Amino acid sequence: MVKMSFDDTAVRYGAEPGGGAPTKVKITFVDSSGQARTVEGEVGSTVMETARRNDIPQIAAECGGACACATCHVYVDEKWTEKAGKASQMEEDMLDFAFDVKPNSRLCCQITVRPELDGLVVQTPAQQG
Amino acid sequence: MNQLNEAAIETDVVIVGAGPAGLFAVFELGLLDIKCHVIDILPRAGGQCSELYPEKPIYDIPGIPEVTGQGLTDSLLKQIEPFHPTFHFNEMVESLTSLGTAEKPSFRLTTDAGKVFHARVVFIAAGGGSFQPKKPPIPTIEQYEGKSVFYAVRRMEDFRDRDVVIVGGGDSALDWTLNLQPIAKSLTLVHRRDAFRAAPHSVSAMQDLVKAGKISFRLGQITTIEGADGQLSHATLKGNDGVEEKISCHRLMPFFGLTMKLGPVAEWGLQLNENLIPVDTEKFETSHPGIFAVGDINYYPGKLKLILSGFHEGALAAQKAHRYIFPDKKLLFQYTTSSTNLQKKLGVS
Repeated sequence: MVKMSFDDTAVRYGAEPGGGAPTKVKITFVDSSGQARTVEGEVGSTVMETARRNDIPQIAAECGGACACATCHVYVDEKWTEKAGKASQMEEDMLDFAFDVKPNSRLCCQITVRPELDGLVVQTPAQQG
Repeated sequence: MNQLNEAAIETDVVIVGAGPAGLFAVFELGLLDIKCHVIDILPRAGGQCSELYPEKPIYDIPGIPEVTGQGLTDSLLKQIEPFHPTFHFNEMVESLTSLGTAEKPSFRLTTDAGKVFHARVVFIAAGGGSFQPKKPPIPTIEQYEGKSVFYAVRRMEDFRDRDVVIVGGGDSALDWTLNLQPIAKSLTLVHRRDAFRAAPHSVSAMQDLVKAGKISFRLGQITTIEGADGQLSHATLKGNDGVEEKISCHRLMPFFGLTMKLGPVAEWGLQLNENLIPVDTEKFETSHPGIFAVGDINYYPGKLKLILSGFHEGALAAQKAHRYIFPDKKLLFQYTTSSTNLQKKLGVS
């Protein structure tokens, strides 16, 4: 499977992380075996981009963030569902193509990193695509 | 020599993949009088553009400030019309074998639909690989695939008088619910929610069947299956309320969309670099003379997976392809703006 490299995206369009006022938050990805990895996410980017930049293997993101493939499926930790927000209609439609969808399922390309998400915890499913 | 006597489609070039890189390669090859057959596993041209983001705008095509994936595909198809490429959709190239030499390459390609091609040159423009059905994480499902678990209907008769379970809420799931209901013994549609991303008339037709008691609609998912010798007997339906129930199931059709897999390309004996095909940046030729790779599937230092890179790569690869196909003809570099010869080919002079 060929995957987009989001590092390349940042470089080729000069999207240097940070800019004027660098704002970073901590995001934790927990895989289906319970292993957790905490990484830094840029405010304004998406949780999916954060995962790809940090090589979180369970986030495939085949379509590159177009909300068109359902391979960046995550379960938002119960404590964070409210802050992360609800899936849009389009996202709900696309979640039909994900496996084992639960009430806290989101496609993380549709979650924008915001300061209030500092500490966000998401679980990745056993299988994406 | 036996292979050479088979009924094969003879052509200058076979292009594997009808995405933007493959389509524009038809144009560049066409300007050099090279004829193409284009093969794609999808039912239509456009590759990722039409499959993943038909309605989404693309902003980085030179000279076109904004175009949708479908819009770009349509424009490319119009642009290559003068060259009359032959398309073979719903087909996957399974094998690629070399029949020729490094100086005079020629190839034999076969598809999963049984077609055979003989080509002088091959362009691999397969993007992220071939789009294949997503397989749900149900234990042992692979033991039943092709026998009682199907991702597409090849023969309706396989479903006659059977207890059929269809999973999904898109057009494929609903279309097959409507088509198989009349011949199935029973039909259960399983979906995670009571909303469907499908043509409204299909949704209402399905709901009418539920009301009439002709099919059953269940909210939930299939978690386990059982059977013997590839033939299913039962499936476990886990409702959204968490309650599990064993239901009779002879045929299971999961519809979870498509995913990209490299597929048979990996077995063609080409050098690979993490699922990408290394090429040089002068001719975009692979480790095998006469086989070129353009677009997202190739790799070279500095590669950017942009549509415009695929266009550039196709233009350069076509120059080298010309040398293989017309070894005795000198290639004159010409511009479409000024060359009456090229304009004649484009039908505009």
